[in-house]
Amino acid sequence: MTTLLIFIIVLFVAVALWQMVKIFDLAQVGASNDNQVATDKDNRFNGYMMIAFLIFIYAITIASFVYLGDLPLMSNSASEHGPGIDNLMVISMIVIFFVQIVTQFLLHYFAFKYKGEKGRKALFYADNNTLEAIWTIIPVIVLAGLIIYGLFTWNDIMNIDESEDPMVIELYAQQFNWKARYGGEDNVLGKANVRLIDLDRANILGVDEDDPNAKDDVIVTELHLPVNRPILFKMRSQDVLHSAYMPHFRAQMNCVPGMVTQFAFTPTVTTAEMRSNPDIQDKVANINALRLDRKAEIEASGQDLTYEFDYLLLCNKICGKSHYNMQMKIVVETQEEFDAWMKEQKTFENSLN
Amino acid sequence: MSVTAETHVHDDHDVHHHKETFVTKYIFSQDHKMIAKQYLITGIIMGVVGIMMSLMMRMQIAWPEKPNVLFEALLGKWAPEGVMDADIYLALVTIHGTIMVFFVLTAGLSGTFSNLLIPLQIGARDMASGFLNMISYWLFFLSSVIMILSLFVEAGPAAAGWTIYPPLSALPMAQGGSGAGMTLWLVSMAIFIASSLLGSLNYIVTVLNLRTKGMSMTRLPLTIWAFFVTAIIGVISFPVLLSAALLLIMDRSFGTSFFLSDIFIQGEVLHYQGGSPVLFEHLFWFLGHPEVYIVLLPALGITSEIIATNSRKPIFGYRAMVASILAIAFLSTIVWGHHMFISGMNPFLGSVFTFTTLLIAIPSAVKAFNYITTLWKGNLQMNPAMLFSIGLVSTFITGGLTGIILGDSALDINVHDTYFVVAHFHLVMGISALYGLFAGVYHWFPRMFGRMMNKNLGYLHFWVTAICAYGVFFPMHFIGMAGLPRRYYTNSNFPLFDDTTNTQVVITMFALVGGAFQLVFLYNFFSSMFYGKKAEQNPWKSNTLEWTAPVKHIHGNWPGALPTVYRWSYDYSKPGHEEDFVPQNVPMKDGEEELQH
Repeated sequence: MTTLLIFIIVLFVAVALWQMVKIFDLAQVGASNDNQVATDKDNRFNGYMMIAFLIFIYAITIASFVYLGDLPLMSNSASEHGPGIDNLMVISMIVIFFVQIVTQFLLHYFAFKYKGEKGRKALFYADNNTLEAIWTIIPVIVLAGLIIYGLFTWNDIMNIDESEDPMVIELYAQQFNWKARYGGEDNVLGKANVRLIDLDRANILGVDEDDPNAKDDVIVTELHLPVNRPILFKMRSQDVLHSAYMPHFRAQMNCVPGMVTQFAFTPTVTTAEMRSNPDIQDKVANINALRLDRKAEIEASGQDLTYEFDYLLLCNKICGKSHYNMQMKIVVETQEEFDAWMKEQKTFENSLN
Repeated sequence: MSVTAETHVHDDHDVHHHKETFVTKYIFSQDHKMIAKQYLITGIIMGVVGIMMSLMMRMQIAWPEKPNVLFEALLGKWAPEGVMDADIYLALVTIHGTIMVFFVLTAGLSGTFSNLLIPLQIGARDMASGFLNMISYWLFFLSSVIMILSLFVEAGPAAAGWTIYPPLSALPMAQGGSGAGMTLWLVSMAIFIASSLLGSLNYIVTVLNLRTKGMSMTRLPLTIWAFFVTAIIGVISFPVLLSAALLLIMDRSFGTSFFLSDIFIQGEVLHYQGGSPVLFEHLFWFLGHPEVYIVLLPALGITSEIIATNSRKPIFGYRAMVASILAIAFLSTIVWGHHMFISGMNPFLGSVFTFTTLLIAIPSAVKAFNYITTLWKGNLQMNPAMLFSIGLVSTFITGGLTGIILGDSALDINVHDTYFVVAHFHLVMGISALYGLFAGVYHWFPRMFGRMMNKNLGYLHFWVTAICAYGVFFPMHFIGMAGLPRRYYTNSNFPLFDDTTNTQVVITMFALVGGAFQLVFLYNFFSSMFYGKKAEQNPWKSNTLEWTAPVKHIHGNWPGALPTVYRWSYDYSKPGHEEDFVPQNVPMKDGEEELQH
């Protein structure tokens, strides 16, 4: 019944809109018996609108920077390679906004300036090789710079230097949660395959029980990282594609069933240090003020009302119904804190039933 | 001004008229003009469905998990008590993408205007094969029907994203939508691809073989160049998607392991071994990226024509425009890997794809600057089609520029699959191509229906749409840079992103207003079809051949002989001519030079 009522209401609204448009339409008829081709008056009106629209574009740009400019992750990266990406991002952004402002100005200003008038003839101007060479070569030079900078940055990030003795951690994805597996004291991950999963024995990651390297592996649901130590992540998935996205560390890699992917970075800022960063404190205060407005709703959903900053690992590849809630907390801490935490964890050998 | 065709060549084509019944004229028509209209109307219907879906998604994102009467009415069991279900959200994401990309912006745009304009602008009686053309439309219609039917299957429509990456799309136990819904999706797309291939082959053959006397390739209007090259890209890349779809069907139904390996789901190990989802990604994007240009190039071709006509100036740098279409087409087939920087493929490949991807910015920049220079010192006639064309250049620049960030593998790491991507591709291919479609409809409506659309409603439609498009997608870049992933049913599980919630509401408001104002277009379109002012033969004073044909549609397009072409289509405001346009079928005066290069 409600469905029917709603349909009728929507229908009425649509009909009302239709009628309003029709009235608008009919009101025009008497005004002129024109043939629906733009007149000088239309050209003038739309010419001025072009300038108004140009101002609108600039305004929304400025407003976005003023109100949303502190949202971007362009500062406060928490990994060694982070500032490299952020610099490249800032440089690209400067280039983009420069080109955007200039070209949009030319486009809309010309549309205004050369609005049509009866009797005027346009300039017959079909070609100019010099001009075209200029706007081919300038983008070539700028892009060459961006490509070279980008490729160096990319190679720095993706070329994993095994000689730095990185700590090896497996990130394991399944619908809809994350696990992490540490190599243990030998820092070597035991062999694993989904065919070895034995839920009765609580071997949920399919780690090979016969592999001696596996015995001291540690499987956890909260990712702890020692600060300033290179970490080599090996990603696995047991069911569908997932993506391990760690935005604060400028890190992301897909988890692909049937293969092991990898990504390495060195965290440089502990969770405690990041929490005391003034930018982050502002952000957290802002978020908490907003949360206070939605107090009832948040408490009803069972979340803590007060938000405290934490690094996060998010799933960033569509993976099914609860994709929107597939996350794992990341804690970056000093080596001592990390060792103390690690000592409390059960090894794989001891975790089996 | 004489625009009548020469009569000294007598063509016997026009003398035999078939008896037309209602069925052969309106349903199983083989006339390209009728087929174009069929494509357009089907595309508009699919567009309404696609846009409604996006509005529902926007409402869910802005007011997550709140009861909404519209959801209750439209989604039925998928919105118990009006609260949208998480499964159906992903289905909306998937079907919205599929419908808009393939059914509206590929078939609706290319199908309509390639069919309408190729024979008319090159001076041909019809497509090379009217019969294949008819089959092409009806296969498209069939695939549309199947896609719509898939919305009603018990376990839900396909919900793995329009990219349908396996294993999610391959395993019915991974999500409800990967059962019968995905089967129908694959069947629908296979038929769609067959339709698209038949259409494309027809376009290519027609352009190559049926150009009228004097219509050399270098005198072709840029619309035809764009449609021609688009058809070639389609023929090269669509079969690859078909093979990917067939292999996926094999994996789903016949137990092969092309894309699947080592899977443990719902408590059991599946038998699949040795396949790779990354292979699917390669096959998918080998179509998927050229698809962007299959959508965009026709829109750019339409814009070139409309900007030149309404600026009363030759398009600036005709040769460079053709060269950039060819360059974009070539590059588009070797950049697919930029969708896969973090898919686990070799990082070295990432470097190669970064290089080729950023190269595309060069022909794109040439096109943008050439449009701007075409406006310079013109005599701009601000018809609605012209406004949409200028709007297209604007969104093409805004959206295209952020491609420099996404195409750069190092930067992509952090914005991949966030709202930044959503903002980028909606502006550069979604909105731009949609503007191209609107521009084309306003411009060629008189040619299609013999009547004019109302210009004031056109202005209202354009300005509200233009403001809303920027209002929706510009702030979206910023929430993307804040790290917010796309395709999340709700963000309320991440307090980290709570400071984006107000922006989401603003975006949704713009989307709702923009969506509602498309009704103005629908009204204008359908009422003008019957009650619009009767059109003159050449209302925009254009040079191209379609305006030399009589307003009333006839089989074979021209009574008597086909027009002969003496010049390119951009002789606007040419010195030495009284009028500010010289149609292509007007012979050169003594001593007049052909000034196109």
